[in-house]
Amino acid sequence: MSTLTKFSAIPYTGPAPTNRNPYVPAGAEIADARGEVIAAALQHPGMTPELGQDMPSFIVDKEQIVDVLRALKESEVLAFTMPLDLFAVDYPGRENGSRESGVGSRSNTSDLQSPNPDLRPPTADTRHPGRFDVIYQLYSLKNNERIRLKVRVADGESIETGTPVFKGLNWYEREVFDMYGVVFDGHPNLRRILTHEAFQGHALRKDYDPAQRWILTENDVAKIIPKIDPRFENVDTDYERVTLNLGPSHPATHGTLRIVVTLDGETIIGADQEIGYLHRCFEKMSETHTYQQVIPYTDRLNYCSAIINNVGYCMAVEKLLGIEVPARAQHVRLMLSEFMRIADHLVCIGTNLVDMGALTNFWYLFQPREEIYGLIEACCGARLLPSYTRIGGLAVDVPPDFLQKSQRLVDMMPKFINDVEKLVDRNKIFLDRVVGVAPISAEEAINYGFTGPCLRACGVPFDVRKATPYLGYETYDFDVPIAEGGDTYARFLVRMEEMRQSLRILQQAIERGLPEGPVIVDNPYVALPPKAKVYNEMESLIYHFKLIMHGIQPPVGETYFQVEGGNGELGFYVVSDGTKNPYRVRCRPPCFQIYSAFPDMIMGQTIPDAIAALGSLNIIAGELDH
Amino acid sequence: MANLPYDSSGSIIQRKRGGPPGEGAEKGLITLPGESEREIEDLAGGTYLTTTVDTMVNWARGNSLWPLPFGTACCAIEFMSMVSSHYDIARFGAEVVRFSPRQADLMIVAGTIVDKMAPVLKKIYEQMPEPRYVIAMGACATSGGFYRAYHVVQGIDEIIPVDMWVPGCPPTPDGLMYSILKLKEKIQRGEVRR
Ligand code: SF4
Repeated sequence: MSTLTKFSAIPYTGPAPTNRNPYVPAGAEIADARGEVIAAALQHPGMTPELGQDMPSFIVDKEQIVDVLRALKESEVLAFTMPLDLFAVDYPGRENGSRESGVGSRSNTSDLQSPNPDLRPPTADTRHPGRFDVIYQLYSLKNNERIRLKVRVADGESIETGTPVFKGLNWYEREVFDMYGVVFDGHPNLRRILTHEAFQGHALRKDYDPAQRWILTENDVAKIIPKIDPRFENVDTDYERVTLNLGPSHPATHGTLRIVVTLDGETIIGADQEIGYLHRCFEKMSETHTYQQVIPYTDRLNYCSAIINNVGYCMAVEKLLGIEVPARAQHVRLMLSEFMRIADHLVCIGTNLVDMGALTNFWYLFQPREEIYGLIEACCGARLLPSYTRIGGLAVDVPPDFLQKSQRLVDMMPKFINDVEKLVDRNKIFLDRVVGVAPISAEEAINYGFTGPCLRACGVPFDVRKATPYLGYETYDFDVPIAEGGDTYARFLVRMEEMRQSLRILQQAIERGLPEGPVIVDNPYVALPPKAKVYNEMESLIYHFKLIMHGIQPPVGETYFQVEGGNGELGFYVVSDGTKNPYRVRCRPPCFQIYSAFPDMIMGQTIPDAIAALGSLNIIAGELDH
Repeated sequence: MANLPYDSSGSIIQRKRGGPPGEGAEKGLITLPGESEREIEDLAGGTYLTTTVDTMVNWARGNSLWPLPFGTACCAIEFMSMVSSHYDIARFGAEVVRFSPRQADLMIVAGTIVDKMAPVLKKIYEQMPEPRYVIAMGACATSGGFYRAYHVVQGIDEIIPVDMWVPGCPPTPDGLMYSILKLKEKIQRGEVRR
């Protein structure tokens, strides 16, 4: 029986509770129509369209997937050249032969299953059995569209690797292997990526206990010996070859990165990385918490620009709920996102310059950053990790002098940016350290799935704020800065210019003024009623109780939403089974693919250059390791 | 010295201005850890005081901590705030941030320690010369924080001894600064021995 309709006698005129119904994304027909066009263009027998999704979506036969990937990439008209994401979802219910998809099969939630089988997600498919959905998401720069491919794999089965088609799939496949135990045949280096060597089992499987730890001792730590790049294999120099370990706690790297390099004299001829030194199980944790409780976890992904993560996650859930956030909340979200972007770039540039010995900039740039944190503190009381947004809006309204404070910040910021630019941009040491260092071509970058400033530094003007505008970015006048060369210097230039563009957006936002009205939706199934009402009205008290006890219950379905984070496309893929906890939250961390290209970028260069390049990529361990 | 309406000798010790170096050097008051205020004694034109070596050494140690930031996550960003211009830990003598464990005596564990990182943390701790102090900054380092998860160490005291715990997620830079001051007091009282 429905738990929410019990209170239907209460005079509430807003939207009805939705948890019983399957999710119908806005624009599903357009996606379906587009899917037909794609299928017609490709004429591939292994693809079965999956209808009613938020983007063109196909179920692909296991044997055909690499073929399909290649065809999509090489097709002239479709040109899906960028691998955005690869992850898996576990539906153990399917394996037990039950007709259900497995969604909602957790024992405490089975009563929430829809009695009507037609309303269940259309996943029980005899042609494609299997416990795991391995999901590929590709992006076409040419047509500005996305596609989702699902492959069903049973426990113990394997898939052919997609790395020859997309280099960016390399680490994703390792991640799926680590988390689910799905084996990718022919993968060049299929070892665990996020968890450690002594770990047993596969953590994101539904039957894995979230608190089950395995202790790693020093004796278990495996030695990494990097493969030597073929270009240098047979080059004979007079130097001895040494293998050097940097990190994970190394003076020159910020955060927990570990790189093992093989040197020939001073030249790097082989490099391998180990990540996962900050794997805090974001995805597993979000499965054990309610939708609202996940918000603080998202803060801690890219902790330099926490609000952008909050916004991305909340908007994904709002998309699933089909609700529109009030204009005032949208405006504040946009402004704070831009401030956060500036703070993110300030930290990146400041610390990157420290790596090259320019300490002044670091001290200097941290001052405006503190001021930005001051503004956020005035809004919600926290500095670094504010958790300021809520699903449906914001936690509290902004202070009355929010716009004046913002104006003051916008006025003071250009001086800092210009001064730092003046300090370094004609400095010979700086230029020698960055120009031409660690370059990557646009084609390679796309093949690796780069997004954000690092992609734009290769001359590709892809920005989520322009490509698929959200929060009303389409109404603002701003440019997407690009640079040429894809080297450390280009990344520096792009970040500098992006801060100025963010200031432009902020100036326009301040001039428009804050729209009047509430900062959170008036929908008792999503947002808590105001305290004054809770204390005075029976129904508000009940709504309050229901929401605290049972949480938000989005409709059954899945969705993906992307925002432009400090480092690139930050996407959240949320699967709901109609209960208060997300069935699966997948975060697409932009750093992940950028960092996976690092060995290619530094090959043939020296260690100091590698360090300078690493700083310019702005790898944030929290986001990299989830 | 203001003229007081009562005989002040005995309760207030007057500072004498020092003459040229060597003769009648400045005499003043000093408070050593664990002692009440006392006068520096003047003997044969020089200035000296008697105390124990331990007290003196502790006093010096507490005033010049060299931190090693073992920064892994978000807390490390707040650590950076604390050392940089706005909060400026240099005011309390702990600004010489060393990234080599062999040159540091205070390890600030700023951030989540996961199981994969645990052996590294232990090794780095062991590389520090004695005496060494540890501050666990933030909820994660203290207890695993809200990551009750399959890959997160539930408090670094599973691995290494800790002298100070700083609450918060992340603690504010002022909070961390306060813990350094508290640690300083603790060291000067001679309570930390390691
Ligand atoms: S205590 Fe909080 S801020 Fe500090 S590392 Fe843990 S999650 Fe991050």
